[in-house]
Amino acid sequence: MSNLHLITVLVEDKPGVLARVATMFARRGFNIHSLAVGPAEELELSRMTIVVDAPDVEQVIKQLQKLINTLKVVELSGTDAIEREVMLIRVNADTEQRSSVLDAAAVFKAKPVDVGATTITFEVVGDPQKLADFLELMRPYGVVSLVKSGRIALAREPKARNLRAIG
Amino acid sequence: MERISISQALIKALEFEGVEVMFGHPGGAILPAYDPLYDSKIRHVLARHEQGAGHMAEGYAQATGRVGVCIATSGPGATNLVTSLANAYMDSIPILAITGQVPTTAIGNDAFQEAHTWGITMPTTKHNYLVTDAAEIPDVIHEAFHLASTGRPGPVLVDLPKDILNTEVVWHDPTGIVDLPGYKPTTTGHPLQVKSAIELIQQSQRPVLYAGGGIIASGAHAELLTFAERANLPVVTTLMARGAFPDTHALHLGMPGMHGFYSAITAMQKSDLLIAIGARFDDRVTGDPSHFATGAKIIHVDIDPAEIGKIRKADVPIVGDARTVLRQLDERLAKVLGTGTAPTRTEWMETLSGWKSAHPISSYEQEPGGLLKPQYVIEELFKTTGGDAIVVAGVGQHQMWAAQLWKYTKPRTWINSGGAGTMGFAVPAAIGAKMGMPDENVWAIDGDGCFQMTMQEMICASTEGIPVKVLIINNHNLGMVRQWQRIFYNERFSASELTDHTPDYVKLAEAMGCAGFRAETAEEVAPVLEKANSINDRPVIVEARVDPDEMVFPMVPAGGSNDIVILSKDDLS
Repeated sequence: MSNLHLITVLVEDKPGVLARVATMFARRGFNIHSLAVGPAEELELSRMTIVVDAPDVEQVIKQLQKLINTLKVVELSGTDAIEREVMLIRVNADTEQRSSVLDAAAVFKAKPVDVGATTITFEVVGDPQKLADFLELMRPYGVVSLVKSGRIALAREPKARNLRAIG
Repeated sequence: MERISISQALIKALEFEGVEVMFGHPGGAILPAYDPLYDSKIRHVLARHEQGAGHMAEGYAQATGRVGVCIATSGPGATNLVTSLANAYMDSIPILAITGQVPTTAIGNDAFQEAHTWGITMPTTKHNYLVTDAAEIPDVIHEAFHLASTGRPGPVLVDLPKDILNTEVVWHDPTGIVDLPGYKPTTTGHPLQVKSAIELIQQSQRPVLYAGGGIIASGAHAELLTFAERANLPVVTTLMARGAFPDTHALHLGMPGMHGFYSAITAMQKSDLLIAIGARFDDRVTGDPSHFATGAKIIHVDIDPAEIGKIRKADVPIVGDARTVLRQLDERLAKVLGTGTAPTRTEWMETLSGWKSAHPISSYEQEPGGLLKPQYVIEELFKTTGGDAIVVAGVGQHQMWAAQLWKYTKPRTWINSGGAGTMGFAVPAAIGAKMGMPDENVWAIDGDGCFQMTMQEMICASTEGIPVKVLIINNHNLGMVRQWQRIFYNERFSASELTDHTPDYVKLAEAMGCAGFRAETAEEVAPVLEKANSINDRPVIVEARVDPDEMVFPMVPAGGSNDIVILSKDDLS
């Protein structure tokens, strides 16, 4: 059974905050599956999106809240969050395969961002499932290299106010 | 406006916080801070090793309840403090550590005496700072004191690069208001949870109040007594809570845990309700958690939300300060009881007193002319002091005997290294305690293995005029290691024997400027201790040469179930 949990953490944007979070995870034996950090809506704040592999997510959240520079920790389950990840994926595409690869990519709205003599590199944006599905689709052609940004997520607005849910 | 150096500002900031004494050791990077200290009213105690300085700060904090301050230089100075910081973090002791650092321009270049102190101490402090903006100093120190002493107390470290220390600033008094958006400890328990707790307590047939070190940290001993009496609740006090509830009280069942009292261990095990206050279900208390008090519901009161549910799920979790929540519980109970009284639970109370009388802690026999028993020595110390002393212990057999056999009746009279199990803690911690409580008789009860780890601090004690007393329970072995090797490793005493007659502790005492005495027989013990008690102008070292084969009982083997308590040597087979 998967123990993956999606957490967003609002922290003060101070030197070493990422180190504090990472050190705490190491100290407590929690595994980071994915981590993305960037500036948040206000100056001096950062938001981390962490996918953690831990059997007891409540303890992870409490230990995160205990850090002095942490302002807010929220667990987002898959249903109430908007999740996105960017993947750059370079696949084999010689002249024989090229059109087939491009056709398959078009279905996923994967954008070709670099074309070489024998490869094409795509940029794919989406939720984790879409990225996983696209990767499976590309495997038969041969995946040369791949990089992911790490998942980012925001909670959805409560349903009543969420009049134009399009994400 | 007068401009002063950051070093002067640092000392001024410490004076502003009311610091009377700091324990430390100077060196290159921290030298700028030592210069203004020369003119300051703050007393500096020169430890002989930075680890000692850290433990002195801890002993001071544990004896007084105030923040202990230690100071060291960069690199090895700072790394030598790490053990003390880890110890303070485990036992929630409020200390402030100030360390020098190489100049900001040299950081990261492997400069002389450079260590990544900030990174190294991140997991062993409640919070730490590397100051890179000189103007922050007064506020950082103020914030550090606030963090160390509020919420769940703990160690805070401030790392100061040498060039920052030499910068000049305009002094401003800290505003007194600390605004940390991510740090707002909850001190008052949720009223609905308090209500639910009282309902559970009233319904319980076999309750036990499990008092932890948080009672002492929050100064809740009086509130604990009032509530336990009103609710008619039997109480156990953990290793960190000895003295939080009087050992002499009829409701007291003793210390629980690996070497606890049978009555305390078994009462928890058979209870239907555990009311844990300022305790954290440590493995030394619970044994195998899956077999711990399986029939008990749990009320868990702690100021640190992360402790609640960490080991054992709580039926009624209450986040709050032990003292405040105990007042709330007592008010609620008083309201519920009205003119009535709490349930008597006669059957449970009779069972408990049966266990107490059937299995008292003391199971040794001191034969006249026989080998001196360590337990006898500790009981004699209790008698000769009338129990009126602050007892400071190291880690091992002597610590367990000191925790079991002394009758603690007041908080902050028992100081030891609980969670971290830091050998060598006693001597420096006793020095710190004596600095904080100069009118008290401070006795370190130490093992010979522990003593040899930090004994150089006795030189500090004698030269600084800090008359602590040390009782060395000398079994010329690492006693607890030997006990485990005897029970679990087929008597293969690998690397646990210390030399029989070296050092000569009496000569050593004299060489370090202390009075030194030795007791080898039962008859010699009391006179020697009385002589030691009468000396107040210098430190005293008393060596008691004891039976190396004596073992600590009761014992629950590590990771075992608390259902199986080994009561004596005879139970081992």
